[in-house]
Amino acid sequence: MARLNVNGVVREVDAEPDTPLLWVIREQIGLTGTKYGCGIAQCGACTVHLDGAAVRSCSMPLSAVEPGQKIVTIEGLAPDARHPVQQAWAELDVPQCGFCQPGMIMASAALLAQTARPSEDQIRQEITNICRCGTYNRVLAGIKLAAERGQAG
Amino acid sequence: MSLEPKAAPQVARPTRRTLLAGAGLFTLGFHIPFPARAATLGAAPTTPEVNAWVVVKPDETVVIRIARSEMGQGTLTGLAQLVAEELDCDWARVTTEYPSPGQNLARKRVWGDYSTGGSRGVRDSHEYVRKGGAAARFMLVAAAAKGWGVPPAECRVERGVITHGPSGRSTTYGAVAAEAAKIEPPKDVTLKDPKDWTIAGKPLKRLDTLPKLDGSQVYGIDLKLPGLLNAAIRDCPVTGGSVKSFEAAAVSGMPGVKRVIQVGDSAVAVVADTFWRAKTALDALPIVWDEGPNAKVSSETIAAVLREGLDAKEAFVGNKAGDVAGALKGAAKVVEAVYGVPFQNHATMEPMNATALWTPERCEVWTPTQNGEAALAATADAAGLPATSCEVYKIHLGGGFGRRGATHDWVRQAVLIAKEMPGTPVKLLWTREEDMTHGRYHPVTQCRMRAALDQDGNLTGLHMRISGQSILAAIAPQRMVEGRDPVTFQGLNPGGPEAAIGYTIPNILIDHAMRNPHILPGFWRGVNLNPNAIYLECFMDELAHATGQDPLAFRLKLMDNHPKHRAVLQAVADKIGWKTKPPEGVYRGICQTMGFGSYVAGAAEVSVSDQGELKIHRIVAATDPGHAVNPQQIEAQVAGSFVYGLSAALYGACTVKDGRIEQTNFDSYPVMKMDAMPAVEAILMPSGGFWGGVGEPTIAVAAPAVLNAIFAATGKRVRQLPLKDTDLRRA
Ligand code: FES
Ligand code: FES
Repeated sequence: MARLNVNGVVREVDAEPDTPLLWVIREQIGLTGTKYGCGIAQCGACTVHLDGAAVRSCSMPLSAVEPGQKIVTIEGLAPDARHPVQQAWAELDVPQCGFCQPGMIMASAALLAQTARPSEDQIRQEITNICRCGTYNRVLAGIKLAAERGQAG
Repeated sequence: MSLEPKAAPQVARPTRRTLLAGAGLFTLGFHIPFPARAATLGAAPTTPEVNAWVVVKPDETVVIRIARSEMGQGTLTGLAQLVAEELDCDWARVTTEYPSPGQNLARKRVWGDYSTGGSRGVRDSHEYVRKGGAAARFMLVAAAAKGWGVPPAECRVERGVITHGPSGRSTTYGAVAAEAAKIEPPKDVTLKDPKDWTIAGKPLKRLDTLPKLDGSQVYGIDLKLPGLLNAAIRDCPVTGGSVKSFEAAAVSGMPGVKRVIQVGDSAVAVVADTFWRAKTALDALPIVWDEGPNAKVSSETIAAVLREGLDAKEAFVGNKAGDVAGALKGAAKVVEAVYGVPFQNHATMEPMNATALWTPERCEVWTPTQNGEAALAATADAAGLPATSCEVYKIHLGGGFGRRGATHDWVRQAVLIAKEMPGTPVKLLWTREEDMTHGRYHPVTQCRMRAALDQDGNLTGLHMRISGQSILAAIAPQRMVEGRDPVTFQGLNPGGPEAAIGYTIPNILIDHAMRNPHILPGFWRGVNLNPNAIYLECFMDELAHATGQDPLAFRLKLMDNHPKHRAVLQAVADKIGWKTKPPEGVYRGICQTMGFGSYVAGAAEVSVSDQGELKIHRIVAATDPGHAVNPQQIEAQVAGSFVYGLSAALYGACTVKDGRIEQTNFDSYPVMKMDAMPAVEAILMPSGGFWGGVGEPTIAVAAPAVLNAIFAATGKRVRQLPLKDTDLRRA
């Protein structure tokens, strides 16, 4: 049994140590907001925060998570989805099908936590998640909006 | 460990009775999911519907039923706007739900066609959904008037509040909905003039955004059911091959594994408690394939077959006028070029999946589908049961793009697996690798263009020979016309409201030598409009340059009889500043086409560095869809279509070796990411009088606009896609 701190709750999970964190989160813990898109760290749909940094959970085995490390998923990003990124997303109607969006939002939130006012170039280089619906321009606008708000607030 | 945690978001359940009895009993009503969070389970049984389209609850919530599938394109919101417009309800209280295909069957297709493809969500159904809203309004008003004992004509409605003018009395839709359900529906209703619209035609926000922000939106992959098991599958890597043998015993002791099952002739599945354990065991399972007759096919052998088709005597004619052979013979100048496009995978962000529960009497399936009725037919067929004993629950789609509409191969697989485990629900999920290698690919074609020009550089004749794959021959042969696949000629037809060529050329022949490789084709967002626009619009550019003419002026000379095509082309030219000099180092390309009932044009600005690196700075796209139901959604669709189209044109190719698709994931099938995304300026110019689609047409102008700009920048004409195979450094 491994112990994981997910969204502030410590849980015991029964999974083989080489099980990717993504599948532990989805299948053992039952939080399905974190998505599977490729399984090989290419698409970012599985992005969660590990001690505040964005990680692609499909490519991180359960055994690599150290006791005491804090995992945050899209469900735990902010109460009532009030994170500035989520609010900007709502305002700009960013999602299309929405499948990539939990990953997009987690990656964007981690970027802003690290760099409060990223330049457009920085955003384009840092956000490497795939969106097949093509929401990139609204994602870009959403990050800029959230950054402005964050600065003001 | 728990597979049924408290933290679960929406949970879709089969009826308790189904599970307990293991038999196929089924509750009626709209108890199952839910595109929008607000459409809660079990809403309808307590509140009678006003009609098939509209339920108004006592708390004034208006539930609008949507038959088409939402896959990101905004159809859910757009169709709800049309119903709400005629209904005159309060938009802030609108939610939506999907009636199930089984209910449609039971109610004699009261919701019409469920198919969501060909950019048809709005354009094919706008009339009857609006009538549904108008009829519901009539009945609600009649019920209020009856209660007051006044003529309905003396009542008016504003945002769901009915007021009797002379007496000043008022009531609400929610208060009279139950009575309205008893009113005789009107025989006919008059629809509003679009110029009076206040809800439809407006850039309203989507109804389905919020659950997509906090992880609560349930996709097929997320579905939870009591007792659910998970399956991973591997189909023979070579289409047409089959399973020779597999060693179930080698993996049956692995953690969580329940069953190893052969699925049809060609696939093997492992069923386990979790997907990850099923996949892990499947990876360890020794399988021997009989790769069948296609094991030696490669991209090279396919290309050779298509090349032969370019000169073949026999071909199906799609567009013919005058005497092309004569025109070519008598031409002052003949220009010729051969183009080609490869297979493309849809690569929806959510891989294919379906959950099935089979008993000898009944089969239920939960799946993201673009066509619930077709999914129901596939379910019944695989289940060996009549359709009336089956049901399909449509789950929100993580992308569709045509993959989830015409064939329901993954549904069949899920049902066949569930059939081996009666009474146990099983969720089948494809890995990305399975999805990449077992798609229904954008068809492979080549095209020889031959033009006759007179001494003044006028285009006097054009022969366009397409050689390659027919989509209909593979998946809908019943739609072929005398052996011909009319879909091949999208954007090239002599006329008609769907996809007509925008030039008048005195001598023209467009024909198709059908050559069908074993790799299965499908409808891929934009379908054949994509290659056809590349072939025709890049070649028009070639002709302009070959005769020293401006590419815009050269086209306009041929467009006098095509004012709508011309108007969109002129609009992008004006917006990009065609007449002005572009910034230093920046070059422009332009193009137009028509498809899915809409007129579209594109213009691009690109630069190419000395190292041959392409940068797309800006794309302008114009669309005339006749009527625009939600301008904001259309803008999002246009931007998204460019990502899809440019991903294919720049990087995408599914190649074939030893009979199988070589690309297995996004590392070998790269797609556009944010770093390459250009600014997109969408011009929406609805001219009225017709209904065109918006999800697909602009995808077709992305590639030719960029390719023509690349030629302007480098002098290199890219004729074989994807672009990544071409060295763009100036010679
Ligand atoms: S699923 Fe993890 S990066 Fe794609
Ligand atoms: S919104 Fe559909 S994949 Fe991004």
